[in-house]
Amino acid sequence: MRSPSSHLSFARRFTNAAAMSVMFVMALLVIAPLVAILTYLVYRGIGSLSWSFLTHLPAPPGEPGGGMANAIVGSGIILLIASLVGIPMGIGSGIFLAEYGRNRYGNLIRFTADVLNGVPSIVIGMTVYGLVVITQRHFSSLAGGIALGIMMIPTVTRSTEEMLLMVPQSIREAAWGLGVPRWRTTISVVLRSATSGIITGIMLAFARVAGETAPLMFTAFGNSYWSFRVNQAMAALPLQIFYYATSPSDDWRRQAWAGALVLIVLIVGTVAVVRIAARRGTLRGVA
Amino acid sequence: MGSLPEARGVPEARELLTRPEFTPAKLRPPERTPDSAPKVAPRSSVRIPLPSRTADRAFTALVVAAAVSLFVILVLIVLQLVSRSRLSLHQFGLRFFTRSVWDPVAGEFGALPFVYGTIVSSVLALILAVPLAVGVALFSTELCPRKLRAPLSFMVELLAAIPSVIYGLWGIFVLAPLLRVYVEPWLARRFGWTGLFEGTPFGIGMLAAGVILAIMIIPIIASITREVVLTVPQQQREAVLALGATRWEMLRMGVLRNARAGIMGGIILGLGRAIGETIAVTMVIGNTPQIARSLFQPGYTLASVIANEFTEAIGNLYPSALMEIGLALFLVTLVVNALARLLVWSVTRGMPTRAHA
Repeated sequence: MRSPSSHLSFARRFTNAAAMSVMFVMALLVIAPLVAILTYLVYRGIGSLSWSFLTHLPAPPGEPGGGMANAIVGSGIILLIASLVGIPMGIGSGIFLAEYGRNRYGNLIRFTADVLNGVPSIVIGMTVYGLVVITQRHFSSLAGGIALGIMMIPTVTRSTEEMLLMVPQSIREAAWGLGVPRWRTTISVVLRSATSGIITGIMLAFARVAGETAPLMFTAFGNSYWSFRVNQAMAALPLQIFYYATSPSDDWRRQAWAGALVLIVLIVGTVAVVRIAARRGTLRGVA
Repeated sequence: MGSLPEARGVPEARELLTRPEFTPAKLRPPERTPDSAPKVAPRSSVRIPLPSRTADRAFTALVVAAAVSLFVILVLIVLQLVSRSRLSLHQFGLRFFTRSVWDPVAGEFGALPFVYGTIVSSVLALILAVPLAVGVALFSTELCPRKLRAPLSFMVELLAAIPSVIYGLWGIFVLAPLLRVYVEPWLARRFGWTGLFEGTPFGIGMLAAGVILAIMIIPIIASITREVVLTVPQQQREAVLALGATRWEMLRMGVLRNARAGIMGGIILGLGRAIGETIAVTMVIGNTPQIARSLFQPGYTLASVIANEFTEAIGNLYPSALMEIGLALFLVTLVVNALARLLVWSVTRGMPTRAHA
């Protein structure tokens, strides 16, 4: 068979080949920093990770050793509060958009969610500082959780909507036809058949806020000691990494890498589990 | 759809209707006598098969409340920022953004160096990121062998999942030394005459911030571009190819031209991200409030001055000035995001699109 491009002018063939190669090189250039960051992170992180890092409090300045145990636990608590705030509100407004929002009001909320998604995280931190920290008169894990929770809402909302829209209308009609009230249809039939897709959305929102630092700076604030109360400043992994990375102490910088490794394992682990589960079909939304 | 079939004559239907899993105890009507028919009001529309009940109303109210709260949060953000920056708004007005003095001790505040730093670092990031992001999106949708598509888009997604504090960490310890030792001396030799690459190569500075931001916004631009390119109908591609176009010509004329507005939206969305990005930039930009022509020089951005100084701001005017910076940041990203959304919607028609890959 004759090559389909053999009759084309050299200039056109050359441009085509050049454009194709440029695109290929660009794809490589995008992947390069990812590989560079991850390999360097694993290399430095594993070298600095130790048992005491995972089980000890930060050492006082100037003293070697210590760890980030309180920050790891603190991140867990703050993320739990964030999930309590973000998931119900996100699912609720997602249901509104999919089941009641095919109109002007729906578009307004959809637009609000998109705008909220684009609000810089530091601005959310400032707002929550004004609303919660000043009212409580204290930096607190509650404020940190609320800030991260607010950041989760738009993502959960839009993914819930998307998943609910994938549930065929006939399933709803079948339930209504059996005399099931509308609310019951939404909860036990529609939401149920989209559960796995919604969980995927929640996990992605979770992974996104788990690494956020800026909104925690004026809310959870950070802490060198253990704290478990919702009205106290609490340490968080990203904050601790930030403070250690910008400190002049070599030992602290080393620990920043170890903390970063723990954080990335948490986040990439979440994303990867979701992806694999989605492909296996255990977490697939109704198609 | 016509009217619903009569339920009263069908025993199975009646049995189903009274089954506990469909009707919770509270709502179940009291025991019926065999001759009283179940109260299914026949309606012509299938959409609302039953008269609304208290539970239905309560559920609707709950869901509406959740949706409205999204709007309320946005309003609260505006109210907080405006009310807490009132002092500074009053004192400086719009001059705040044209003054370049930032002296907390003397009570003099002007945000020009931060505005400058934000614009320069974001524009630099766009210049570096746009070609790469569009390139990788086209590669993954149009050229990439089918088997590699999923891994490639997974990797780009992963790039978006890396927290900004880790980008910052990598920026401080890997990127900045790399720039200082290799890239900046080379740029100074080759392009020093432009004035953009003059002076001592620090590593940490505007250039490092631009590069880190570029890496961070590539995924968002790439994913929107991908989404938009996938909405271009396949027939369009085939039509251009059938006219004898090469693959590149097909992409340029058949795909890119149609997806233009949407890609622009993606780019603006990326710009919004870059403007609001805080931690990674704070870690590598050098945090010096100055307006310098050279990209080797340290700078400061709106977001990073808040991050660095907000918890230490004492007195009344100082926090208020930082709040005003937050307000400006919010308004700019609001406009940028609204614009971007409208552009993307003009291509995808506002509906959530599904990839066919």
